[in-house]
Amino acid sequence: MANPVTKKLASLWEKVDKKLSNQPSKGTIDTRDIETEHLKLVIKEGTVSIDKLEKIQKVFKILSLVLVYAFLVFMALIVLLPFYWMIITSLKTTTEIRASTQTFWPKTVMWSNYANALSGNFNFPVYLRNTLVVGIVSTLGTLVTTIFAAFAFARLNFKGKDLLFSLLLMTMMIPGEMMVITNYITVANFGWLNGTLWGAYLAMIVPFWVSVLYIYLLRQNFKQIPNELYLAAKVDGKSDWTYLWKVMVPLSSPTLISIFILKLMGAWNSYVWPNLVADNPDFKLITNGLRTAFSSEGNVEYGLQMAATVVVTVPLLLLFIFFRKYIMRGVGRAGIKG
Amino acid sequence: MEKKNDWRAWLYLAPVIILLSVFTFYPLISTIVIAFTSDYKYLTQSGSGFDISNFAEIFASKQVDNGDGTFSTVYSDVVKYAIPNTLIIVFVTVPLSIIVSLMIAVGLNSIKAFKKIFQTIFFMPYVTNAIAVGMVFAVIFNDNGLWNYVFRSMGTHWIDQGAPASKAMVALCIYSVWHALPYKILIFLSGLQNIDKQYYQAASVDAAGKFKTFMNVTVPLLSPQILYIMITSFIGSFKEYSSIVGLFGGPGTLKNYRNMYTVVYYIYDSIAAKQVQVGCAAAVMLFIVILIFTGIQFIVSSKRVHY
Repeated sequence: MANPVTKKLASLWEKVDKKLSNQPSKGTIDTRDIETEHLKLVIKEGTVSIDKLEKIQKVFKILSLVLVYAFLVFMALIVLLPFYWMIITSLKTTTEIRASTQTFWPKTVMWSNYANALSGNFNFPVYLRNTLVVGIVSTLGTLVTTIFAAFAFARLNFKGKDLLFSLLLMTMMIPGEMMVITNYITVANFGWLNGTLWGAYLAMIVPFWVSVLYIYLLRQNFKQIPNELYLAAKVDGKSDWTYLWKVMVPLSSPTLISIFILKLMGAWNSYVWPNLVADNPDFKLITNGLRTAFSSEGNVEYGLQMAATVVVTVPLLLLFIFFRKYIMRGVGRAGIKG
Repeated sequence: MEKKNDWRAWLYLAPVIILLSVFTFYPLISTIVIAFTSDYKYLTQSGSGFDISNFAEIFASKQVDNGDGTFSTVYSDVVKYAIPNTLIIVFVTVPLSIIVSLMIAVGLNSIKAFKKIFQTIFFMPYVTNAIAVGMVFAVIFNDNGLWNYVFRSMGTHWIDQGAPASKAMVALCIYSVWHALPYKILIFLSGLQNIDKQYYQAASVDAAGKFKTFMNVTVPLLSPQILYIMITSFIGSFKEYSSIVGLFGGPGTLKNYRNMYTVVYYIYDSIAAKQVQVGCAAAVMLFIVILIFTGIQFIVSSKRVHY
């Protein structure tokens, strides 16, 4: 409708119509007359003129945009509310938290909640050490196995390659709950549940040194690297090994960073398995410590509990802010597989 | 290429194959074997034969003497709590979270200003700890919490000791939807961005309204993502566990009652109770359900969802 050519054409026809109706006696139309005459453009659709229609459409567009923004802001507030509530609760006094009238800003800001939370039952330094050791070692191990396997699947040729790869992909359908029980028996048989810290570390790290999903992602990435590079390296007498580490790994660093961060976040958030294998308070990971530290029967110290929750949540959000691109791309690509 | 490279490839694959054999393939078989073993003893790791008694035990109801000569039937926790709870979670949170996240994704796709900020905010629940945020929701929903303060008229006592399962389920569903949004929005938004603008131009030439365009253009063209999200959320809902631990700190709102039980909770409890054979049987059933859903996705996506 807004096309200027159609507008012009329509206006011309309007003029012709006017001419004809104004001078019914005359049989011919003087076209020059039409070109020069000043007539108001009135095109109608139904009973509303086009100008008006366009205005209405514009208003409608702005209105719908306002509605979209209103909806998004409303939903964003809902999404943010738990974060906000966590932070203000962590700064309130217990009486204020338990008061019948809820406040949306702490009356007295209790920074001491943080000091008390970290010095009490919630043994933050120990949990942090355990989580970092388990997270980093299992992530590095996963990166190594993933790089090797992805390289073999993307670059090397061997009998049964496709069969093995589809077998690997099929394992992604198996729920972790299928493995948990027998793996618990297995690590017990390995003697890793002997009550030592190293045993607990091994039990929490080794079973998670493989990720089929990440092998899949990295293989896709490796496959995009042009074949010519490989052949050139071969001509230069480079071995597969040097080619992998000097060419393929650097070229795939964005994917590797994504894997590293997602895996680290996974360790930070893992609860179920560590809860099973690390029953000694000194072996606990951060999430396990968080859940048990403040749940004394009856009256929970919500201020301290939320302070500890903030301490657990903030590193994740910081990681997200700094590596937003890698995290969102990694998660997105993992989803659009297949 | 050349065949002599074979052994080298297997060398590169060795770590993965060894680890998968020990921690994935062996457990898979072993879990199935234990599930069908009768009289399995956890300590000796042996049983006496093969039957389906472990499966029967999951569903078995007991006759309990009331003390006055009458007997009442007590259903197993799985029949009484885990299965109904799982069904509620599946059929409430999955449609709800898909609708809300689709609306947010369509909204995000239609704006330009502040899009990045909104995207970041809506992704934030993804980078949180399920237990930690569950505890935050517990603070919001507890008797002196924000929820009770705002919705006083709907009555108090939502998740605390003695709260009815129906109310606790509301809290759990709200939390699950909140936690499930980011991933779905991400997938839907990337799907929306891949839809050719021509379809929308064609729709506007046909003077199709906004809603009509959405139902007849957006939804069909987004059907691969919708199907994928539906299946993965169904599977995810069957495995609800961390959110329950975070929100309630245990399997229920009443002492000694497991009214917030789920199948996965039952599986983990079986390890602590050294009754791994019933846990294995439950895991096998969960596996079968997940296989069925994955099969449905496979069949439907190869038949229908293709434009």
